[in-house]
Amino acid sequence: MKQTDYTKYAEARTPNSPIWKNMLLAFLVGGAICTIGQLINNFFKCRGLDATEASTATSIVLIFLSILFTGLDLYDRLAKYAGAGTIVPITGFANAVASPAIEFKSEGYILGVGAKMFVVAGPVITYGIVSSVVAGLIYYLFLL
Amino acid sequence: MNYTKRLGGQTVEFTQKPTILGCGVVVGKKEGEGPLGNDFDTVENDPLFGQETWEKAESAMVNKAITSCLSKSGLSAEDVNYIVAGDLLNQCTASSFGVRELGVPFLGIYGACSTMAEGLTLAAMLVDGGYAGKVIAAAGSHFCSAEKQYRFPLEYGGQRPPGAQWTVTGCGAIAVGTGGTVQITHATTGRIEDMGIKDANNMGAAMAPAFVSTLKAHLQDTGRTISDYDLILSGDLGSVGHTIASELLDKEGYAIGANYKDCGMMIFDSQTQDTHSGGSGCGCGASVLCGHILPQLESKTLRRVLFIATGALLSPTTTLQGESIPAIAHAIALTV
Repeated sequence: MKQTDYTKYAEARTPNSPIWKNMLLAFLVGGAICTIGQLINNFFKCRGLDATEASTATSIVLIFLSILFTGLDLYDRLAKYAGAGTIVPITGFANAVASPAIEFKSEGYILGVGAKMFVVAGPVITYGIVSSVVAGLIYYLFLL
Repeated sequence: MNYTKRLGGQTVEFTQKPTILGCGVVVGKKEGEGPLGNDFDTVENDPLFGQETWEKAESAMVNKAITSCLSKSGLSAEDVNYIVAGDLLNQCTASSFGVRELGVPFLGIYGACSTMAEGLTLAAMLVDGGYAGKVIAAAGSHFCSAEKQYRFPLEYGGQRPPGAQWTVTGCGAIAVGTGGTVQITHATTGRIEDMGIKDANNMGAAMAPAFVSTLKAHLQDTGRTISDYDLILSGDLGSVGHTIASELLDKEGYAIGANYKDCGMMIFDSQTQDTHSGGSGCGCGASVLCGHILPQLESKTLRRVLFIATGALLSPTTTLQGESIPAIAHAIALTV
């Protein structure tokens, strides 16, 4: 069997991810996280914060909760079912930073926690900044 | 020089009757809860094995398996001429740190998940060649240290594809010498097979061709047939690799059937333990062989077993660089 034939054959023999189930769970859990975020946001607004302050405070609470649940070994258990539902909200980003920080603590605070904390989330930061620069340039050139 | 112990292109026949004197096996909690849970000497519920890091835990596990092997074989460390051991960690540190207090001459090896068969090949060669009286071969892997090195941090919230496997936390150590019941009669050393699989989450598919190649070489070199064996046992192909290997052999006219099993499919219950395609890692084949198969050979429930441990010789770097996965398989024929 040729390599190309074999890779095709092996692919056919490998079970696919249950995409509809994954999407449904991602929608439900991701939606639930966002709903909780909205409730927190409403709470802060009721307590007198303006819209910007309330958004910042909501992000802080969600990040705190995500890191807390990461440390309690609960976030990854939920993520196993939720998939993109727990990765896409801000809680997923917090988990991606907190989990290597926990894992690499054994290699010290400088080169372990400090350096490897961004091993998963680093690309998001890098390309987030790059794309915001590109978006800013487009905005500057065409819309000003 | 007359190579009288060689058979064909890839096999050696042991003429001085190297045998298995005893073995020790240590596994983690999840393996202890699996279908073979009662077969293992020690089930350690603490994934850290009382240590502070996953790496130290894995070394402690290797040490425990070797110590258990020594006591079950009625040996002390001074009786052993060599320890041949390997694991999945960078620079094979689990093994070298695990044996450092034993004071036994040490050969560190790396064959990924094929390490147990590679170690047994070398141990039997050392004994058969008259270079050693007693040799310990050991191989182990730890789920947590393997995840940390090859995949994501443990607490990272990701999903595993259905074809992925679960690294076994376990270590098997086997003492080889003369005078035991279970005889190592042949060893067939595999060639690297690379059929172009690049998905590190589908190691079963990457390794199945290596299993097929080594099995065919073994049968050709020894003149034996599949039905000469009560059991042909692959190390960690998982359910995906098991299906592919069976179909490939069938296509080439080798009727492999009920006497073919895979350690990765035996050690976990994939339905209830969420291990997808099955177990993997050096510790998978090693612990199933030590805990489940060798006792059946000793009691003569099984008489002839061909253990073929397969290894995916990839690294996280080669995967990121888009390389395909070279795979290997080594076979050990055991007889009572």
